[in-house]
Amino acid sequence: MSTVEKVGGSVATYVDNRTGSNRFLARNLKKVFPDHWSFMLGEIALYSFIVVLLTGVFLTLFYKPSMVEVVYDGSYVPLKGVMMSEAYASTLDISFDVRGGLLIRQMHHWAALLFIAAMSVHMMRVFFTGAFRKPREFNWIIGVTLIALGLAAGFSGYSLPDDLLSGTGLQIARGIIQAIPIVGTWGAFLLFDGEFPGTEFISRLYGVHILLVPGLILALVTVHLMLVWVQKHTQFPGPGRTNNNVVGYPLMPIYMAKAGGFFFVVFGVITLIGGLVTVNPIWIFGPYTPDQVSAGSQPDWYIGWLDGMLRIMPNWETVLFGYTISWNIFLPAVVIPGIVFTAAALYPFLEAWATGDKRDHNLLDRPRNAPVRTGIGVMAITFYFLLFIGGGNDIIAITFDLSINSIIWFLRIAVIVGPPIAFLITKRICLGLQRRDREKLLHGYESGRILRLPHGEFIEVHEPLTPKERAVIESAVEAYHTPLPAAQKTDANGVRNKHYRRENLRAKLSHWFYGDAIVPPTYDEIEAGQAHVAHDAAIEAPLHEHDVDTTVMVPFHGGILHTEGEPATNREQLEERGGNL
Amino acid sequence: MKALAARRRNPVVVTLLLLVALLGVGGVYAVATSAAPAEATASNDQTAIDEGKRLYLEGCSSCHGLNAEGTSNGPTLIGVGAASVHFQVATGRMPMAAPGAQAGAKPPVYTDEEVAQMAAYIASLAPGPAIPTAEQLDYSDADVAEGGVLFRINCAQCHQAAGGGGALTQGKYAPSLMDATPQEIYEAMLTGPQNMPVFGDGTLTVEDKQAVIAYIMNLQEAPSPGGISLGRLGPVAEGLFLFAGVMVIFIGLAVWIGIKAR
Repeated sequence: MSTVEKVGGSVATYVDNRTGSNRFLARNLKKVFPDHWSFMLGEIALYSFIVVLLTGVFLTLFYKPSMVEVVYDGSYVPLKGVMMSEAYASTLDISFDVRGGLLIRQMHHWAALLFIAAMSVHMMRVFFTGAFRKPREFNWIIGVTLIALGLAAGFSGYSLPDDLLSGTGLQIARGIIQAIPIVGTWGAFLLFDGEFPGTEFISRLYGVHILLVPGLILALVTVHLMLVWVQKHTQFPGPGRTNNNVVGYPLMPIYMAKAGGFFFVVFGVITLIGGLVTVNPIWIFGPYTPDQVSAGSQPDWYIGWLDGMLRIMPNWETVLFGYTISWNIFLPAVVIPGIVFTAAALYPFLEAWATGDKRDHNLLDRPRNAPVRTGIGVMAITFYFLLFIGGGNDIIAITFDLSINSIIWFLRIAVIVGPPIAFLITKRICLGLQRRDREKLLHGYESGRILRLPHGEFIEVHEPLTPKERAVIESAVEAYHTPLPAAQKTDANGVRNKHYRRENLRAKLSHWFYGDAIVPPTYDEIEAGQAHVAHDAAIEAPLHEHDVDTTVMVPFHGGILHTEGEPATNREQLEERGGNL
Repeated sequence: MKALAARRRNPVVVTLLLLVALLGVGGVYAVATSAAPAEATASNDQTAIDEGKRLYLEGCSSCHGLNAEGTSNGPTLIGVGAASVHFQVATGRMPMAAPGAQAGAKPPVYTDEEVAQMAAYIASLAPGPAIPTAEQLDYSDADVAEGGVLFRINCAQCHQAAGGGGALTQGKYAPSLMDATPQEIYEAMLTGPQNMPVFGDGTLTVEDKQAVIAYIMNLQEAPSPGGISLGRLGPVAEGLFLFAGVMVIFIGLAVWIGIKAR
């Protein structure tokens, strides 16, 4: 036993005697995780959140959440002597007078942008692969909540420097609160302690930004990861992978190395970008005063779709008993985002109800095998992307020499017409891919090798699937469902079905979800098909030179290799087949 | 000395002194006025005006009218002043290449001399804002911070806080100020070209204008302390960089890490 092992062992024993940690570690360090690059998207979010926390702690040492007016006397000359809030002055000091302050500030901002971007991409992965299905619905809801909290964390941080851009954002936020019928005005007064911008809001927001929201995120991330741990990670279909096992590598040492290394890679890239690329140059925007606004004022990207919705909304207002209801703000900024987030959170339950699927799913769906779900996902992305364009409509107008009015009108129509078109196209593509998979299962894949038979006929050689590919494509069999049967108004005895309307709706939804799916072949058919293809390929394939001396397979006719033990010439093959092709 | 003192009462001395005094005053007067012989300037001006009129009739009159009175295609130029002509023509905005929402800057069609001749012609029609003098354009003593405040109050809502330009309605726009010269900025404020309002000396004094110019020049010349500036376009460019750059890097890295060891 070496010294290291001795010391390590005695430390482990010492700790184990007091905490019982050995059993815990022995069980958990062996834990197996499946391998796929897309499973690391969530890790990017986690690591960038850690960077946000670390850099954020540094910023709190120098930032002053105060709206007291001061005269700037720092080293940024173009603002010297200008009146501004202490919050803005301290952010300028962080940028110009604190050693390394600008780097940390930019890292904080980039990491925050990346945090939400990585969460969004992770969410897409989970959605398109059906990883949210039973038993992981709660974790999906936690994920949706985390995204909402991410938006809150980001927007509150965007508003803290009290520069012209953040003040403009807050002005819009106040307008949105005011647009809520009945309580809006009082809600805005409550939050801002009176008229906008007041003297209190920055210090209030500060508590939200550095304590409340990050605390909630941290707590929910913990639960999120614990649930992944307890429920085990889902995996893609593949050889030997079933609904009841996890095929992959153990945490120790493989994932400790991979995940640990990835953390440092994420940290490193964020540092690099924080040092090289400007984000939010607050010194250019100047201090916030309510009578100023800059052209091209935009929110950070994750609020862009909400801003876009506001920008393209027609100017609808109703005056009711002398009170104005601002539909133009209330609908796009409160109602529709509320619907979007609620629908996203409830989607696993909606799908489970509509499809009547109550099974556990530890094996992921290939997106093509759930065409309607994939279509819904692409529809949502299209909707989001169009609104995102709306949020930057002025930048797009000036960059591409377009009229901002035309962009708005295009988006008003496209945001309603575009998503359904995207849905249909996606669904058709998925169904096409399903047909192709079915072909491959029954007839192997087309090798691209054209063969001329002795009597003159040309055929294309089909090859059997590799075991890995076959295992992946075969998952379509398990993923296939027949739609629920149509609801009956009366049962066999003529008794009226009390739940007819609900069951009817459910059957229709089920039909919509599964009705068009391509029926995959049965396992027997696949087996027969593959055997047939293998047989044919063996007979047809090896019509090429065979280097006997080296017994190396020689490429010929489209780069196909010849395997030993099979006929090497047309003559041999013809003889094998009794001179008959 | 004695000899001089003895003769100072000589009657010739009075005449001589008078002569010297007259020559002195006349000489100073001559030196003071001879720099710009009034007659010669007037004839130069007239040449410039005539030449300017010729250029005007050739290049401008089809839209602005044979007497600069304006047509349905272009406004009257009577009273717009030399500053306006210089701004519009020297930046290539006029003559317009095609009708559109707004005349954009492009390589100028006329030489500096021709621009000056046209400006002289238009200025001769009616009084208007003159081309700013070198003194007016000297912003070396201006307060940059004060200019920043004025810029954010008066200019940023269209030209963007970083001077990168911004969109207006129906395809109109406030152009980027990143290539504008002090003279162009001054003339633009003075004359309010295209969709821009006029910032006359009553709104922004000469010192204010110099301060604004100083701030814009600072924006043009200032290095970007945070690294690559991404065009200073704000969050849209940052978001684009995030997805097209940073996320692509990370997904590439994830794929790299996720590749099975062989």
